[in-house]
Amino acid sequence: MNLLDVIGPVMIGPSSSHTAGAVRLGLLAVSILGEQPVKADIALHGSFARTYRGHGTDMALLAGLMGWMPDDARIPEADIYAEQKGIQYNFSTIDLGELTHPNTVRFHLEGASGKTCTVTGSSIGGGQVRVTEIDDFPVELNGALPGVLIVHKDRPGVIALVSGKLSEYKINIAGMRVFRTNKGGSATMIIECDQTVPEEAIKALKETKNVESVRFINKVL
Amino acid sequence: MANDKLSLEKYIELAQKENKALYEVMLADNAKEMDTAPIALEAKMQEMLQVMQESIAFGLTGVKSRSGLTGGSAKALAEAMAQPKYQSLLGPVAQDALVYALAVSEANAAMGRIVAAPTAGASGVLPGVLFSLKKHRNLSDIDLQKGLIVAGNIGMVIASRASLSGAMGGCQAECGSAGAMAAGAAVSMLGGTPEQVGHAVAIVLKNMLGLVCDPVAGLVEVPCIKRNGGSAMQALLAAEMALAGIKSFIPADEAIDAMKEVGDKMPCAFRETADGGLAHTPTAIAWAKKYFSK
Repeated sequence: MNLLDVIGPVMIGPSSSHTAGAVRLGLLAVSILGEQPVKADIALHGSFARTYRGHGTDMALLAGLMGWMPDDARIPEADIYAEQKGIQYNFSTIDLGELTHPNTVRFHLEGASGKTCTVTGSSIGGGQVRVTEIDDFPVELNGALPGVLIVHKDRPGVIALVSGKLSEYKINIAGMRVFRTNKGGSATMIIECDQTVPEEAIKALKETKNVESVRFINKVL
Repeated sequence: MANDKLSLEKYIELAQKENKALYEVMLADNAKEMDTAPIALEAKMQEMLQVMQESIAFGLTGVKSRSGLTGGSAKALAEAMAQPKYQSLLGPVAQDALVYALAVSEANAAMGRIVAAPTAGASGVLPGVLFSLKKHRNLSDIDLQKGLIVAGNIGMVIASRASLSGAMGGCQAECGSAGAMAAGAAVSMLGGTPEQVGHAVAIVLKNMLGLVCDPVAGLVEVPCIKRNGGSAMQALLAAEMALAGIKSFIPADEAIDAMKEVGDKMPCAFRETADGGLAHTPTAIAWAKKYFSK
């Protein structure tokens, strides 16, 4: 923790987890979708579900979906702006079970191009966030670094091929996690990088053997 | 000082050894750790002070929270104090520190723009103490900037040895830490020695040890807003004692470690879950029931 973590950040109140963290979750969800959403179904779990009105969590999530930062003075009126932009949104509550972090949201987003994604993330304290699921795949992502989400077949050598491609584009891997549903079945890789991953690199990754899909996720803060 | 646990005593010793002000050694250390120029950090501190001042002004307009539970007390208190026949119990410095702390805390609850220093829930304490002293002791923006650097480093020491989060360590970790930070800032801005800063920090932490985080309906309103005011008062009384040469028997680092121990042993009901303390009183439960059924 450095000086600017303690004296700051500047944010719209009242709560770093329920307001500032919620903005970041919205930003991260849009970054995962890869375009501005036109439709958003937002389901709130736990403490988010119980206290979202008082903490302005709903406004903060919408603000994030519109690309605003946690210190944007328009946050208390984010719903009005979202309606003006023609974003169809809907808030509901959901029970994701006792093991789920109490400050959790699940977005189902649709972009103008028709692209959709489902993102589950939690606000884990002090404005820090963690995305735990993208389209039913478990991940772990905090939005501090650019990342790549790769869905692939669970076969020997895929990780080597992917990391080889990234090194060709001089991209340094800061962190990497691999999850699989079952042996030899479908697997996901979430790779956090020190550099942004260019279009051509994403294309090259998509053409890699046994890779099914590639999604670039830009950092949000 | 890149080791895991920071130490306020080490900073104090370093300042004494090099015959420098506490903020000087702290600023140099922060700049080195963050690989940035000291002047960039100083500029950032000025930005934070600007936002603090704006949140005081916003709170003083008499804002109401989104839930409707709180708001307007900073304005009401300021107006009462402005009456010609008003007899204050506190005196001018404490009076304004209280009003400003409430103002920022109410601004926070009303979704205003604030500096989370160290957290949003305890964001009223530092502006309260800093801007009251600015007004009544003729301090400059540069003085406040130095105070803020000292406050921030005290917060960093607490974060590394204990916690700044109510969910981890109870309200002692939020309002308690904010009060300790403000007390240290006050002593250093008013010309106290590095050692006196340490005593002021320790005194606040001792006085606020064990304070639980028990927000009504889980909202950052009751008791948070008035506790920000209370914590600003603790900061001033500790600074007053430390500047008079009164020492804390328990040194600052050990007081922080004690806070950590108390926080670790604190039941979950008293750590921001709204399952205990004031949140569990009949009045709170009845209000929460009505609020959640809306």
